[in-house]
Amino acid sequence: MATALQIENLAKEYRLGSIGHGALYMDLKSWWCRLRGKEDPNTPLYTGVRGNGGARTFWALKGVSLSAEQGKVLGIIGRNGAGKSTLLKIISRITAPTIGEVKIKGRVASLLEVGTGFHPELTGAENVFLNGAILGMTKAEVKSKFDEIVDFSGVGRFIGTPVKRYSSGMYVRLAFAVGAHLEPEILLVDEVLAVGDAGFQKKCLGKMDEVSREGRTVLFVSHNLDAVSTLCDRVIWLDEGQIFLDGPAQEVAPAYLDAMLKQGTADRAPARLQGKMFYFKKILPVDAQGEFLPQVKSGGPLTLKLDYVCRPEVKSENIWMTVVFGNNRVSQAFSCPFEFAAADKAGLREEGSFTLTLPFLPLVPGVYEVRCAVFINGLKVDRFPTLLRVEENVNLQESDASQVPHHKPLGQDNLFLVDYRWSLDQDRQG
Amino acid sequence: MENIEGQEGEAWTTIIRPQHPWYQFELGELWKYRDLIQLFVRRDMIAQYKQTILGPLWFILQPLFTTLVFTVIFGKIAKIPTDGLPQFLFYLAGTICWGYFAECLNQTSQTFLANAGIFGKVYFPRLTVPISKVISYIFKFIIQFAMFVVFLVYYYWQGAPVHPNLGVLALPLIVIQMAFLGIGCGLIVSSLTTKYRDLVLVVGFGVQLWMFATPVVYPLSQIPEKYRIFFALNPMTSVVEGFRTAFLGSGSLSAPYYLLGVLITLVICFVGIVLFNRIEKTFVDTI
Repeated sequence: MATALQIENLAKEYRLGSIGHGALYMDLKSWWCRLRGKEDPNTPLYTGVRGNGGARTFWALKGVSLSAEQGKVLGIIGRNGAGKSTLLKIISRITAPTIGEVKIKGRVASLLEVGTGFHPELTGAENVFLNGAILGMTKAEVKSKFDEIVDFSGVGRFIGTPVKRYSSGMYVRLAFAVGAHLEPEILLVDEVLAVGDAGFQKKCLGKMDEVSREGRTVLFVSHNLDAVSTLCDRVIWLDEGQIFLDGPAQEVAPAYLDAMLKQGTADRAPARLQGKMFYFKKILPVDAQGEFLPQVKSGGPLTLKLDYVCRPEVKSENIWMTVVFGNNRVSQAFSCPFEFAAADKAGLREEGSFTLTLPFLPLVPGVYEVRCAVFINGLKVDRFPTLLRVEENVNLQESDASQVPHHKPLGQDNLFLVDYRWSLDQDRQG
Repeated sequence: MENIEGQEGEAWTTIIRPQHPWYQFELGELWKYRDLIQLFVRRDMIAQYKQTILGPLWFILQPLFTTLVFTVIFGKIAKIPTDGLPQFLFYLAGTICWGYFAECLNQTSQTFLANAGIFGKVYFPRLTVPISKVISYIFKFIIQFAMFVVFLVYYYWQGAPVHPNLGVLALPLIVIQMAFLGIGCGLIVSSLTTKYRDLVLVVGFGVQLWMFATPVVYPLSQIPEKYRIFFALNPMTSVVEGFRTAFLGSGSLSAPYYLLGVLITLVICFVGIVLFNRIEKTFVDTI
């Protein structure tokens, strides 16, 4: 089988903090102060690095080598910040690598960047040509596929109308139709970018399957382990910018899931967290004794322990945090926000922990994503997703019907345990 | 499928490396995307005057009003001499040349900032954007130039002392020089603005000040001979003087100074492209 994509020792370095200050006079001021041996007045606070303007670096990718075979679907999984999106950005030539080489056979396209460059004043037809050209098609190519594109989009007689008059549905359909007819040799799909619209996601996944059956290569970045397991031939697990595991989907996906469930037990301390006003170090479901609980019971109590690290400065700011529960069917099932009152802020230490308790976890068995985020003055300063395995609650099902009559999950289609009861109107029957 | 295996190794169509050597302009790739340039030009032209009442008439009204204001202020009130030429024609010539250059510079200098969204999503040769801007403004210049010719014929017929000569054949060269200079300066500024946003503010009034350093509202003949070298270092001097010499028959720039202007233009354009090529690879990370 021929190789469609070959990556050799790829690495990408990002600078943290500020290298320049974005304004020429500040750069000159820094330079002038350093020249006189004085402290740089523009050193960012909290970095602990002085004198060099706080330029620290962080490797988003370090030494990634892989090759993708033609006609295969290659899944890429990994935690947030593992380097998945950076890898796709380099392959699609949006940014250059710091070290290494990527060799590509044929055209690369990204499925979810549909509608890029659409101009509201131009008609649908003009935008099809413009968008096609931006994606790398020649005018002749677009012309030969034009009727197909219009058919696929279902825009029909509105093709001569400026797209600013389109409904948002028509707009997306037309944009997607152009992307779908690009016929790239390598298709990149970053599922993380596809927010909301479940129907559209399904369409994307369907298109991926079709594309690979036509003998083209797909690189699929996703958090959705179900989709990865069913669609991908091979899965690469990236961790901290390196390939952690590379193998068939049946092996890598379960291993990744296990690791994610255990992940909370380890401290999170990458260098790039340093300097944050507030971040989560560890988030664990715990039992009454405060010990790590690998899985919790559906309908049972849940206690989450959130270890944090913060700077004393946050006490004077406006802080709130939230914990969102969701899965691949419902991205936000419910959430537990918390706004810090003055007394809560006074109690903050440099390192400490919070406890979130749900006396009754209203989720059916399965794996859920628990996303914790903290906001300071309205800005998200840290987010930390972790996984939670909810298991069958034997007590709940075997217990006396009169005691817990209405907390039964009704099959796999449901997500929540709800409190409800039916009653018959006795009077009428009489 | 089997026969592909035999030629593996040579079949790569794209190789992505950290940095290309500075002299590699990837012009071949630019040529592959020529349809895109054409479509960008079309988009700019359509988008600019859609939903305006007067439409492309603005192409003519802008320089016309500017010239009228210049004629009143600099000609009638300040009484700056115009080498004996009709004041209106003198200022019109300067205005349309300067207008084209200023617009090229202003538009291309925003390349990175204005297109950050699209550049962050799709790859295509970034140089297509400034090139298409410069081309779309050529159409505007042609319309304005046609208006200039109409006035020129009118004044000539009225017996005004204007002397169009064989120099008019150099018009394409003059336009190319303006385009190169505009794009060169624009690329330098756009590359630097990814790091220093101050320059965005500088460009606005900088272009205006530059106009007064160029013989647009006054003839070069008003400048003492010993200072002319400083004016010659400004390539727009050779453009404006060249244009007036060709179409109106009055100019005071000597041949070596023209060459100097052309040379500086080429250097600026080259530096602009080299800088732009360096920045485009990683600007997404800094913006």
